[in-house]
Amino acid sequence: MPTTTQATTKKFKCPTCGTVETVTGAPGEHIIVICPSCQTRGKAILPHTATHAHHKHGDAAIILTHLKKKFGDFTAVDDVSFTVMKGEIFGLLGPNGAGKSTIIRMLCTLSRPTAGSATVAGYDIVSQDSKVRQHIGLVSEKMIMYDDLTARENLALFGRLYNIPEPELKQRINTLLNFVRMEKWADARIDTFSTGMKQRINVIRALVNQPEILYLDEPTLGLDPQSTSDIRGLIRQINTEQGTTIILTTHMMTEADMLCDRLAIIDKGNIVALDTPAGLKKLVSGTENTVLEIEIQNLTTPMITAVKTSPAVKSVTQEDETHIKVQVLGPNAFDTIIDLLRKHGAKIALVRNIEPTLEDVFLHLTGRQVREKLSENNHSTGGPHGRRRRRAARVR
Amino acid sequence: MATRHILKHSFWICWKDLAEFSRSKIRLIMLVLMPLFMMVMVGFIFPSGNSIKDTPVALVNQDTGFNGTTMGTTFTTQLEMINNNTHMMKFSTAQGYDDIKTKLQNNEINGGIIIPENFSQNLMTGKQGYIIIVIDQSNPQVSLTMEGVMSQVISAMGAQTAAHTLNVTYHVSSDIAGSIITPFQPEFKGIVPGEPNYFQFVAPGIICMVVMMALMTGLPHAISYEKDIGTLDGMLVAPINRLSIILGKVMAQTIRGMIQGFIILLLAIGLFGVVIEGNILLVIFLVLLTVFSFVGLGILITSFTDREETATMVMMTLMFPMMFLSGVFFPLQQMPWYMQDFAHFLPLTYATTAMRKVMVLGAGLDAVMLEVAILIGFGVIMLAIAVPMFKKAMSR
Repeated sequence: MPTTTQATTKKFKCPTCGTVETVTGAPGEHIIVICPSCQTRGKAILPHTATHAHHKHGDAAIILTHLKKKFGDFTAVDDVSFTVMKGEIFGLLGPNGAGKSTIIRMLCTLSRPTAGSATVAGYDIVSQDSKVRQHIGLVSEKMIMYDDLTARENLALFGRLYNIPEPELKQRINTLLNFVRMEKWADARIDTFSTGMKQRINVIRALVNQPEILYLDEPTLGLDPQSTSDIRGLIRQINTEQGTTIILTTHMMTEADMLCDRLAIIDKGNIVALDTPAGLKKLVSGTENTVLEIEIQNLTTPMITAVKTSPAVKSVTQEDETHIKVQVLGPNAFDTIIDLLRKHGAKIALVRNIEPTLEDVFLHLTGRQVREKLSENNHSTGGPHGRRRRRAARVR
Repeated sequence: MATRHILKHSFWICWKDLAEFSRSKIRLIMLVLMPLFMMVMVGFIFPSGNSIKDTPVALVNQDTGFNGTTMGTTFTTQLEMINNNTHMMKFSTAQGYDDIKTKLQNNEINGGIIIPENFSQNLMTGKQGYIIIVIDQSNPQVSLTMEGVMSQVISAMGAQTAAHTLNVTYHVSSDIAGSIITPFQPEFKGIVPGEPNYFQFVAPGIICMVVMMALMTGLPHAISYEKDIGTLDGMLVAPINRLSIILGKVMAQTIRGMIQGFIILLLAIGLFGVVIEGNILLVIFLVLLTVFSFVGLGILITSFTDREETATMVMMTLMFPMMFLSGVFFPLQQMPWYMQDFAHFLPLTYATTAMRKVMVLGAGLDAVMLEVAILIGFGVIMLAIAVPMFKKAMSR
């Protein structure tokens, strides 16, 4: 099973004899290097971000180094290392119970890692936890709000915990309420709000201390399509207007695709891939998964047979009387197939390139589908995966 | 500086808890109703010495008389005369012992009085006249009172008869007859004015108990509930000292408990005629001390339990024995020695004892020094264990 996206290299200098050796491997991989001249053993850690030159800023906001979290003998997060750059929207994508929330909780200082370390805004999450807390905002899966208080009171309460001077806090709250168009509802109690309104307040509540880094744990979970799109717009706006580094978790492929500059795909507590959404998709399309949907008005069996026998074609499926789906290989496949069809007198009405989705990427990387359905089935049959899932839910 | 911030943050957390509480009408109503019900309930269900009224008692006069005189009839007439003043009993007639037995079993009467057939004969021939009192063993309180009352009535009637006999037979003047028949006459005198009454006994204990209950149920509820709904995370990711959270919660619950305590105090004074003999400031000090001694225990249980439900169950299990074994409702002296020894491990015992000494007997601080020292000691030890446990539990 491939576990990384692209190969990366690092120069390794032998501590004994000074021989320089170039090590090649996956990003984040640890490689034991044996010096060719003196046989000294050393460890080289390949950089994660070496192949990504397109960051908005050069500095790291969050660095995870071999972060690990165990609950009893269940490993929720297993040796995870990655770096989030300043100003980035970084996604953690994976099925429920993959360990996304646990990573967020550790980075928020809510949970202590079993092993490994991480820095947030330059501070260690264990030894400098109170420093970390000053620079972060959290939008948790469960809303952090008191239903019996008004929107303004909620924002003020949390603002006061950050020692913001009262006049400034008042102004900030007004700005934030305007930002999400909730000024009219500022003095209404939270329990009178719709879920979408609540979530808007919940998001700005995390911004009251003007954090450098904002954590969003499943920010659109349980929202209707309109609110979901509102919140996604909000997230993008926070990132572009205030330059806030955002790290968000989601199990929705489309959400990750829409929002994230880069994302890590997480499965069973491990990172299975880390790249830009486009980069991750290329991973699939570069190999076997470019799919063409072709509409032929006079579709015949010989045409299908001809396409099937072409070396550039991996598989052909007939969708209906006029449509076929062709899975192609290689860079010139498109031309070859069109030529072949023309030769058989096909009247081509439409050719559509079905772009790979992140779902395809996940499937490609793990051999499993992200869908809830799959894990639910496992759950009910009580398979090993289902058991694991239940434990994860309990310990969270 | 740090202390100022801890206090400021805890103030806002306390404000939040009280604001939430005060927004619910039903909770506010219950705040007043609970102590009212408690007071009315304990005040009326536990009998004070003379609270028995119109207890149904069957009267059987089997006296056949002697030489034409029936002393039995004289006795019953006198008995009825006395009862007309006190209304303690309500007489009915029965056929005999078996009839009384049936009526007792049917719960028609609470006791019976039988004057045997040789009653007059015995008295007229220089013997003692026996009167049989049938008691209801299923109702110890009533039968105990019956025994006491009947003994009193019979000895009073006996004295009357004796005085009459002395006067008629030995020509002793009725003025000095009394000193011959009952030479010793006890006179009961309290150290504070007024008769002892059950409210006076129970009110100090109930004040301590309600304050304890508010804290022991309120504190785990306030913290575990927020943990369950996820809002606690909002406070935990803020750069505040964990102490602020406990302190804020404790303050809010203390205020709530104190309000209930004072409602009881006011009800006790206004409705039930309880008089505070001691210094009211000392009473308030003892209430606060009770709070202090229970805070640690409350926090400790909160740290150990993961969910609100568990916390409530643990609290209930601990609270009920404390309520009944600490001498709130029953005097400690009524309990067997091993239970008395056990009661001395419960802080509520000392709180109740001290409160009773001050409120009922008008004792000063010097008289309750031992109790105060024990309560402070218990509070300090519990807090020393609980605070580190809580801090640890909050960053799992």
